[in-house]
Amino acid sequence: MRFILRRLAFYVVAALFAITVNFAIPRVMPGNAVQVMLAKFPTLDASSLRALQAEFGAHAHGSIISQYFSYLGQLAHGNLGLSVGQYPSTVTSILASTLPWTLILVGTATLLSFALGTLLGIVAAWRRGGWLDRAMPAFTFLQATPYFFLALIVIQLFALDWRIFPFGQGYALGLTPGFNWPFISSAISHSVLPALTIILTAIGGWMLQMRNVMLTTISEDYILVAQAKGLSPRRIMFTYGARNAILPNIAGFALSLGFVVAGALVMEIVFSYPGIGLTLYNAVTSNDYPLLQGIFLVISLTVLLASLLADVVYVIADPRVRSGVEY
Amino acid sequence: MSALSSPLGSGPEAAALEVPDAVLGKRRSLVRSLPPKAKIGAAILAVFVLIAIIGPWVAPFDPSATTTGQALPLGPTSSHILGTTATGQDVFSQLLVGTRSTVVLGLLTGLIATVLSVVVGTTAGFLGGLADEGLSLFANVFLVLPALPLLVVILGYLPHSGQLPTAIVLSALGWPWGARVIRAQTLSLRRRDYVAAAREVGEPTWRIIVFELLPNQIGLIAASFVGTVLYAILTAVALAFVGVADLSTWSYGTMLYWAQNGNAVQLGAWWWYVPPGVCTALLGTSLVLLNFGLDEFGNPRLRAAGRELRIGRRVWRPADPTPVVRDEGAAR
Repeated sequence: MRFILRRLAFYVVAALFAITVNFAIPRVMPGNAVQVMLAKFPTLDASSLRALQAEFGAHAHGSIISQYFSYLGQLAHGNLGLSVGQYPSTVTSILASTLPWTLILVGTATLLSFALGTLLGIVAAWRRGGWLDRAMPAFTFLQATPYFFLALIVIQLFALDWRIFPFGQGYALGLTPGFNWPFISSAISHSVLPALTIILTAIGGWMLQMRNVMLTTISEDYILVAQAKGLSPRRIMFTYGARNAILPNIAGFALSLGFVVAGALVMEIVFSYPGIGLTLYNAVTSNDYPLLQGIFLVISLTVLLASLLADVVYVIADPRVRSGVEY
Repeated sequence: MSALSSPLGSGPEAAALEVPDAVLGKRRSLVRSLPPKAKIGAAILAVFVLIAIIGPWVAPFDPSATTTGQALPLGPTSSHILGTTATGQDVFSQLLVGTRSTVVLGLLTGLIATVLSVVVGTTAGFLGGLADEGLSLFANVFLVLPALPLLVVILGYLPHSGQLPTAIVLSALGWPWGARVIRAQTLSLRRRDYVAAAREVGEPTWRIIVFELLPNQIGLIAASFVGTVLYAILTAVALAFVGVADLSTWSYGTMLYWAQNGNAVQLGAWWWYVPPGVCTALLGTSLVLLNFGLDEFGNPRLRAAGRELRIGRRVWRPADPTPVVRDEGAAR
């Protein structure tokens, strides 16, 4: 429990840091974002202009401290300002319509790649020098490949050459999003290729780390004892070896989420997947600063939340942390 | 690479017991005994560095020069080895020219970030106490924050930023990984007897850190440098691909940006987007291999046991004691 509380305190600090960075960026950056937006969107009316100026600290009254607290207040009400690119929708409503796409796709793909990679790592270490172990450099190549480049190849092969899966958008045109089978099946078939690219690029890292820790674990004495007792190899491999070797992988999971999300954002741009990454891209190309910052904030907080969940899993998996005894 | 990786072979423990001269004297044999993965990685990296140096001079065409009047994009021909873009720019020349900025950005970021992580890591590890708590917290916060969206936001405010601002922002977000590892190593090193001895002799703290601790972490620092360069290259390519970069210069990222912008995939113009992608992946792989090699060098258990698995017809099962090293370079 103490561990969880300490982690919770850490994530609160991290969240505050992210919020503060978000507050500070438009104020310390050279150039005037409001002017840029005005030049780009001359149709903005006076009231929204005032809102923008308050949000970005231009001509705002009050000290920087009071600005900060009024910013926190706005945030607490879920008010992230208005998007200038998709005026007059609020940033919050845009995020609410795009975030679920990303969460479901990236979440599923990340968990799948973690599970698969860990499993393959266990097998590679157990059969050290076997074909899977020898194939590691190939996975390395995939890992070093930029997500979106792999995505381009996958599109070329599966969507254009062989026409097995559709690409672009989250579902086929003419369907109404909702809980009906045509929409769900279309959404699933549209998500196969994006998910495939995430899994392919992320799997190598999990596999490598699992293999390396597992190699150290299976040379421990208790594994030898387990073998001497005549336990089945499968049982030794999973219950004795993998059970103890998986901890760094779970701990690494929390830390790697930021990278996974980053890759997924770029992947969405390639696939024109209607998630938060594509929104980020559109916000960049249209200098939509309020939306840009809202996206950063939401992604950061989501990643922090997911990391906290990974920490909770870690506590469940590692009895030493649970009992609070220092080893 | 030899100068960077050679002292690693002795490992922190061994190095602590030895005069540096003995390590330096062994340099040749140590290099030869580098794991094959590290050798392959270093070789590929060397080719890219060479291209980065001479690329812009040997490029057959001006990478930005457009041609008209043909069916574009043009596939690979004898004059355009890798074909052209939709505006008739020579892809091969773009690749040769673009290698420089990609490699330079990676190395520059690696350098700045490694210096940062060494400073923060050793300071936190050596001083301990409140300074350690504070610096570790700082590093961990940076670790959990997703870097790419933050980079996009920051660089989005700095339009058409050049190499240096990008490298600085990238390093500002890329140092915590190394700092964490170096801090852990410093923690274990500072309790060693020779550090206590140095303190007794009256060496100032900075001298202990620079001359007693750092030389024993060269391997770790090299690994963290290589890892950061990899992160920087992949992130910079991704950033340029998103359009957050100076799009008037050539790099693997901007090449991919223009290819995506010009619907290269839909046109089936593989020669346009495959070369920069493969080059990025190859460059990345060389760095990963190099890091594998450095890892295996320090931890013999990790070596691919393809050869060790059958020694004199005897098959080693997982639970057998790990056969540690036969090449005498690293054995000792």
